[in-house]
Amino acid sequence: MDVRLINPFVSAVSAVFRTMVHTSVRVGKPFVKTEPGTHADVSGVIGFSGDASGCVVLSFPVEVACKAASAFAGVPMDQNHPDFADAIGELANMVAGNSKKDFSGFHISISLPSVIIGKGHVVSQSKAAPRLVIPCETDFGPMWVEVGMVVEKKAQPTPAPAEVAAVGG
Amino acid sequence: MKILLVDDSRTIRNIQKNVLAQLGHTDVAEAADGLEALQRIREQRPDLMLVDWNMPNMDGITLVRNVRANDPNLPIIMVTTEAEKSRVIEAIKAGVNNYVVKPFTSQTLSEKIEQTMAKAKQAAGVSAA
Repeated sequence: MDVRLINPFVSAVSAVFRTMVHTSVRVGKPFVKTEPGTHADVSGVIGFSGDASGCVVLSFPVEVACKAASAFAGVPMDQNHPDFADAIGELANMVAGNSKKDFSGFHISISLPSVIIGKGHVVSQSKAAPRLVIPCETDFGPMWVEVGMVVEKKAQPTPAPAEVAAVGG
Repeated sequence: MKILLVDDSRTIRNIQKNVLAQLGHTDVAEAADGLEALQRIREQRPDLMLVDWNMPNMDGITLVRNVRANDPNLPIIMVTTEAEKSRVIEAIKAGVNNYVVKPFTSQTLSEKIEQTMAKAKQAAGVSAA
């Protein structure tokens, strides 16, 4: 996967969490996911199709997911709250949708969100689209943004600014 | 003023309801997709509709086209993650009056609602004159 393709996701996760969750996001150095990869408790998954296909996964420890969902919804939430999965799914939806605007000239559709809840689960990856993991630190604790994307040959990616290099640690 | 919120995320609808309450609007109906929204509109025509784009069963752009086929004047604001210029143009061609990109601040949503309603009142005044 072209590492330039992850910059739109770095921008998107920062914008979404700053605006809707009221927390800053400090982005670490991205790395290629190796099996079994990151074990998370809560994951929001959005698929891409069109000129680029793949998915973006937002993963959290359960405590962080609950705090983020609560700050987003404006009401206290634990993982049993009826709107908990909805809130996590909508955050993933906004990150995926917001990232699309930086893929100039691409026609990309996004799926409806899916949310996985289960201690230490793994969101498995396709061999065709290895995932890059963007580790993030929020005011509530860590989260991870996984991006696996394959660009169709006819589509030409527009390189995004080297934001990752600037913030990578 | 009756307002219809159409979004498959209840969290987003609750956030929108809070913003509307701050503006003094409490007569709010909700729908989780386009089909449900059409049913709500048949029951009682709203004075303003906020519509998400990506929803199950019937998406927002299809809903807007359906509404516009019979109702050219109902004020509609698209509130969506779809931020590309081509999508905004598509929505305007379908007949939306305003466009809000998620993520949004309460202030942005408030301003767009007030702006949309002011234009709708102005247009109604012109057509009545």
